[in-house]
Amino acid sequence: MSTLTTQRPTTADPATRRRAPKRRLRGEAKLHPLAWVFVVAVMGFSLIPFYWLVNTSLKKGASLSKGELFPGEPSFGNYLAVFQNAEFLVALRNSVIIAVVTTTVALVFASCAAYALARLKMRRKAMILTLILSVTTFPAIAIAAPMFSIWREIGLYDTLLGLIIPKLTFALPLAIYMLTSFFKEIPRELEESAYMDGASPFTAFRKVILPLAVPGLATAAILVFISVWNEFLLAVTLTTSPEARPVPVAIAFFSGTSEFDQPLGTISAASVIITVPLVILVLLCQKRIVSGMTAGAVKG
Amino acid sequence: MSIKSLSPGRGVSTRDRAERRLAVRMTAPSLILMALVAAVPIGYAVWLSLNQYSVRTAGLSRFVGLENYTTALASPDWWAAFGQTFLFAGLSVSLELVLGTAMALLLNLAFKGRALLRTVVLLPYAIITVVSAITWQTMFQPNLGLVTNVLSALGLPGGDVVWLGEHGYAMAVIVLADVWKTTPFAALIILAGLQVIPAETYEAAELDGAGKWQTFLHITLPLLRPAIVLAAIFRTMDALRVFDLPFVLTRGANGTESMSMLAYTQLRENRLVGEGSALSILTFLTVMVVSVIYIRFAGGNIRDVAKEEQ
Repeated sequence: MSTLTTQRPTTADPATRRRAPKRRLRGEAKLHPLAWVFVVAVMGFSLIPFYWLVNTSLKKGASLSKGELFPGEPSFGNYLAVFQNAEFLVALRNSVIIAVVTTTVALVFASCAAYALARLKMRRKAMILTLILSVTTFPAIAIAAPMFSIWREIGLYDTLLGLIIPKLTFALPLAIYMLTSFFKEIPRELEESAYMDGASPFTAFRKVILPLAVPGLATAAILVFISVWNEFLLAVTLTTSPEARPVPVAIAFFSGTSEFDQPLGTISAASVIITVPLVILVLLCQKRIVSGMTAGAVKG
Repeated sequence: MSIKSLSPGRGVSTRDRAERRLAVRMTAPSLILMALVAAVPIGYAVWLSLNQYSVRTAGLSRFVGLENYTTALASPDWWAAFGQTFLFAGLSVSLELVLGTAMALLLNLAFKGRALLRTVVLLPYAIITVVSAITWQTMFQPNLGLVTNVLSALGLPGGDVVWLGEHGYAMAVIVLADVWKTTPFAALIILAGLQVIPAETYEAAELDGAGKWQTFLHITLPLLRPAIVLAAIFRTMDALRVFDLPFVLTRGANGTESMSMLAYTQLRENRLVGEGSALSILTFLTVMVVSVIYIRFAGGNIRDVAKEEQ
């Protein structure tokens, strides 16, 4: 019987761990024709919108109001316009700074806390974990509203720091939650032997466990990075000028003020530009991302 | 549960005590930081929501008690946003669970192309929500969009509709954009649950002569329940906070305003700090109540986790 817990089978690297009792691969199963229809439908549903976004981004002028399946004369004008747009480039810089700083700070704090929660003897562990998990369900508006008032009073409104701090509210518990389940997978014998050699628990953590946890840390870093990069509500509430806006807000305001007068070609091009690096990241780190997303979901 | 953990306090070795001290020291920084960035703001939001702030004179405010809440709860705007948010959450989460379960079953089969399917399915996850909204906007744009063009070509209704301009249609686009982006998440959680069902279970069912559909209904689905519930909890909590999609697609027009959007509008656009804070606290409470209900009625196994951790 499977129960949901924050534990998983024991292997140091969540990405390379053997998958728990896999259904026997008796060669390759023959799919029912209807299943193939479903496979094709799922692939189409996942890919066609991407194609349409790219298709739109390559259209200019009159062809932007026609639904041709291929851009008649593909034009990179929209892409050029995006890269010549100073506000977009500033937003890109802002997003990188915010995501890198938030991820780093969250991981440093979270790796210590997660190790204690996963491995050390401690009182009220369950309560602390529940508390941490419950923060991830907070609606961002409940943080954004008071921050909006506080930041305007102390001058952090519309600054990068003023965005990094509230983004930590969600990045930190996410990192703690994932890392706790990763640390639990590292075999206990490793610490025991470090203790035998006279190491203190903290030394064991720093010298033995942390190096082994690098794959887990990388997984957590990728997922925290994606979630910070994606975050929109805090970013739109706590900024007002292009100097402090990260990418999602810049793109949303690219759209102009009226919904009938939008530079949809340029918006699509900007969307493609910021999506490509993330798609590459997902392709390269597929296994890690899957293991991080399902961290703690299932116990064998 | 181990015997050691049953006897805290008495007869604890020095190493035990050192370990507990270290544990406190290692968790304290995170807990303090979280108190600062989560507890303090929420507490301050409660305070803000009990006051009224002058729109004209900065810093001028007066204590009004629960007046902001009674105003909000008496306004049709709040209940409209409340209803729309739950409509959105209900539609998108049920679609995601059904589609996610189907995808997970497929991904659990060994067939040629499974690796490719898994990669393709994961791709929309890489997309930021704002871009997902724009992508679906291009799909439904009058004249330009693929869906609108296909519908007109086939002579089906919807081809000449300004989808984002009408309530039902706009809601459909918002739901689709969410299903597209987040079904992979549901599918992967459910797939993880599927992979820990021992093969013997299926063999036994096969021996008993159970058909495929019977096996799925009476064996797979009940064993999969914990994973499906977990996916449902995560997705519902997320859907109730929906903000990005309606913000980009409709700016909340045509009755698509969500709870978070309403609070944002009052706060940022109308500069009503007190009322905006009250609305965000109401959103917060709504989400908390739903999560408690979920865990109380559907998440027996989640409570087991808490016990196991002790």
